[in-house]
Amino acid sequence: MTGSAWEVVIGLEIHAQLATRSKIFSGASTAYGAEPNTQACLVDLGYPGVLPVLNEEVVRMAAMFGLAVNAAVAPRSVFARKNYFYPDLPKGYQISQYELPIVEHGELYIEDADGNEKRIGITRAHLEEDAGKSIHEGLDKSSGIDLNRTGTPLLEIVSEPDMRSAKEAIAYMRKIHTIVRYLGISDGNMQEGSFRCDANVSVRPRGQEEFGTRAELKNLNSFRFIEKAINFEVERQIELIEEGREVVQETRLYDSDRDETRPMRSKEEANDYRYFPDPDLLPVEISAEYIESVRQQLPELPDAKKQRFVAEYGLRDEDAGILTASRAVADYFEDAAAATEAPAQLVANWIMGELSGALNREGLEIGDSKVSAAELAGMLSRIHDSTISGKIAKQVFEAIWGGEGTADAVIEAKGLKQITDSSAIEAVVDKVIAANPSQAADYRAGKDKLIGYFVGQVMKETRGQANPAQVNQILKDKLGN
Amino acid sequence: MSDNHQELHARSLTELAAGLDGGEFTSVELTQSLLERIARLDGQLNAFITVTADEALAAAERADEARAAGTGGVLNGLPIVHKDIFCTSGVKTTCGSRMLDNFVSPYDATVVEKLDAAGAIFLGKSNMDEFAMGSSNETSYFGPVNNPWNAECSPGGSSGGSAAAVAARLAPAATGTDTGGSIRQPAALTGTVGIKPTYGRVSRYGMIAFASSLDQAGVITRTAEDAARMLGVMAGFDARDSTSIDHPVPDYVAGLSKSVKGLRVGVVRQHFDEGLDEQCGVRVHEAIAVLESLGATTVEVDLPNLDLSVPTYYVVAPAECSSNLSRFDGVRFGHRAENAEDLMDLYCRSRGEGFGDEVKRRIMTGTYVLSAGYYDAYYLKAQQVRHLIADDFKKAFSDVDVIAGPTSPTPAFRLGDKIDDPITMYLNDIYTIGANLAGLPGMSVPCGFVDDLPVGLHLVAAHFDEETLLQCTHQYQQHTDWHLACPEAFK
Repeated sequence: MTGSAWEVVIGLEIHAQLATRSKIFSGASTAYGAEPNTQACLVDLGYPGVLPVLNEEVVRMAAMFGLAVNAAVAPRSVFARKNYFYPDLPKGYQISQYELPIVEHGELYIEDADGNEKRIGITRAHLEEDAGKSIHEGLDKSSGIDLNRTGTPLLEIVSEPDMRSAKEAIAYMRKIHTIVRYLGISDGNMQEGSFRCDANVSVRPRGQEEFGTRAELKNLNSFRFIEKAINFEVERQIELIEEGREVVQETRLYDSDRDETRPMRSKEEANDYRYFPDPDLLPVEISAEYIESVRQQLPELPDAKKQRFVAEYGLRDEDAGILTASRAVADYFEDAAAATEAPAQLVANWIMGELSGALNREGLEIGDSKVSAAELAGMLSRIHDSTISGKIAKQVFEAIWGGEGTADAVIEAKGLKQITDSSAIEAVVDKVIAANPSQAADYRAGKDKLIGYFVGQVMKETRGQANPAQVNQILKDKLGN
Repeated sequence: MSDNHQELHARSLTELAAGLDGGEFTSVELTQSLLERIARLDGQLNAFITVTADEALAAAERADEARAAGTGGVLNGLPIVHKDIFCTSGVKTTCGSRMLDNFVSPYDATVVEKLDAAGAIFLGKSNMDEFAMGSSNETSYFGPVNNPWNAECSPGGSSGGSAAAVAARLAPAATGTDTGGSIRQPAALTGTVGIKPTYGRVSRYGMIAFASSLDQAGVITRTAEDAARMLGVMAGFDARDSTSIDHPVPDYVAGLSKSVKGLRVGVVRQHFDEGLDEQCGVRVHEAIAVLESLGATTVEVDLPNLDLSVPTYYVVAPAECSSNLSRFDGVRFGHRAENAEDLMDLYCRSRGEGFGDEVKRRIMTGTYVLSAGYYDAYYLKAQQVRHLIADDFKKAFSDVDVIAGPTSPTPAFRLGDKIDDPITMYLNDIYTIGANLAGLPGMSVPCGFVDDLPVGLHLVAAHFDEETLLQCTHQYQQHTDWHLACPEAFK
């Protein structure tokens, strides 16, 4: 679409569930997946007479986020009530922040299609409570309500309409995803709904300053769906306009089965939420000292870490980006790199290659890896000191992964130690040349490519354990005559 | 039980405590005698929605055992009544509404918990205006309460049942709540003492919300000393209420004996403008004169924005109530309409059937003032005026220790007289609403009669200065006997 006459304008509202143990206004647990209605206390149920008490942890988490995106953390923010009736909203209002959010005027940088840095503004981030869930499936003509999620703390992060393609939207969202996980304020689990997103999408003729009419896309619960939903919506809007019709401002739901968006409710039926400050809660007042103490707790953030990985470890820019996309991966890398003399790039290659492949194969996170950073480092040291070749290492890695012990133990048990004794290699080379006289003659007659054949034969004879560089050299010497 | 025990009901809470301490009678005897009185006399009043006779007697037995073991709390074995707005676990809590006619709370309000822990015995739940919205107790789903002084008159509201029960000597003390005058006005109209503490002084946890920024729990008794005893137990910080304030609770009883000599009493010029019944005005002036005779000095003070307090209140309170009452939707608890066709039908009919007219009126008013396009003109403006009113009081308290005036513009009015005229009804609270808007403590004390109906003196003090209110009214009661007068039918 970028080449077309139309420019796409996207703003995102991301809901990140904060990783607190208890709810934002009650002591009930936030753990996911419990039996319906077993994790909702009287406050969550909106019983007559109960009152909300703010979980201080959410304030710290929101402040951390604000500082991480270079935003202003408000010295005074106010909880307001958003009033509407729905069965999964027990009080008949949601406690949120409206006029005075806790975080305002932030920013972050993504890479645009041309590889240039692009600033995306963050309008605000505010704290609010999640609603429960309505369950319609399998209940015949009635609906069920599960209030376990009620009162789960959310940070709603609202961007400026600064993104110009689905790709940029994804890059922005990934960046936010990385940041909240770095900060440890959200587990970012999209399957469980702890990181979800609504997208405001519009198109306008390239060069026009005024925004087109936007549609709000809901139910975007994976990076893939967001991209598909936005692209579908953009095409739909362009088609409408080109046919001389109008885009209607409305909320549309993305249906991933059909890969389409369709209207949810139109503006005409929109609720008047009658926001007003919640009289049950005092304004949240944050001192400069508090903000400073939160700043001290901030971990190194992804951008800074990436730059450091390039400078300190001499990694390729792209690799540093991949390794720092997750704090756990970055930590794994640093732990491994510190424990071996092997070059950092080799450590990086193994993490992005074999390790990542094994994790994907078994659907594991790096935290659950069956090869620890120390174990990987131990193996890489054996490559570095030529005890094993890179090829043999793959075998060793799988054995460690399979629980057969450390690299040294595996090498010892399986007799995988590399053969570097020149006389031993020479003996094998002699044997191979003697067994293949016609190939030797062809090589000597100029068929250089046959060297590969001979290397293969020698490696076969040595079960892959001969040092490949030595094999090469000795073969060349012996065949060269 | 000896013969003189029949007079137990005439004694104050403090006197009953002394009797229990002295072994003159047991808590079971005392509880039994008041329960008998309630059974015999409440038919004339309708002050109770629920009487918890069995629970009360069982609790009285435990209190007597505790006393014997020397472990009882400061109110051990003393019977009281809870306004039916406080959640009581295992006992129906209706809030005077059909909506909650079937509601049994699974937990105790903090106030209930504290009084329970102090050993108080609760005899039952008192009648009230529906969701505390009303000044006559006529909006109750359970019918109006009759004034013990004249059955054809209202006892005031919304804590009408509590006030009537105390005035009729069915209990020495009752809890109440006050959003715009709901403790003080019924106290004035029934010849009892009523105190609404500073906003944040007593926990609101478990007290069904009407207007959260104005609601405050308090107590109705016959003497200031009894009020001091009750408040000492009820007051204090509660981590479950974010608006409760962590401020030390003084020994209210110890402060009572202090003389009022040198106390500066502010008399509000606007309080005696038109609207006040002339004879009521005379009684209030006489009461102020008593304070002067005890050494207090009077200073005229100005509350220039006082006339804005009623309109301000009737924007703020309905706004908050429209949101607070949204939880009563027929889904989880309370009244649910039968055979609902769909969700909207369930909502509309459950609420339509469950709420009475006055509650609906306020929900609609509140919804209107918060809606898009009207918020600034009504809600926001009202909040600004609220600040002006609070500033007026603040200024006044730089010159005086306490502000004195009438509690209510007239003595008790006839049931049915005002119920169809909401504006006139709302004006009943003109002298009391200011204290709620400013979060100040206010208190009403009986100061005489007009046409055989009691009249109250209203006192307001600075934030957290309940001590001065209690001291001032106690000293006044040491030199007057209005509080000893008992309605003929309840002697």
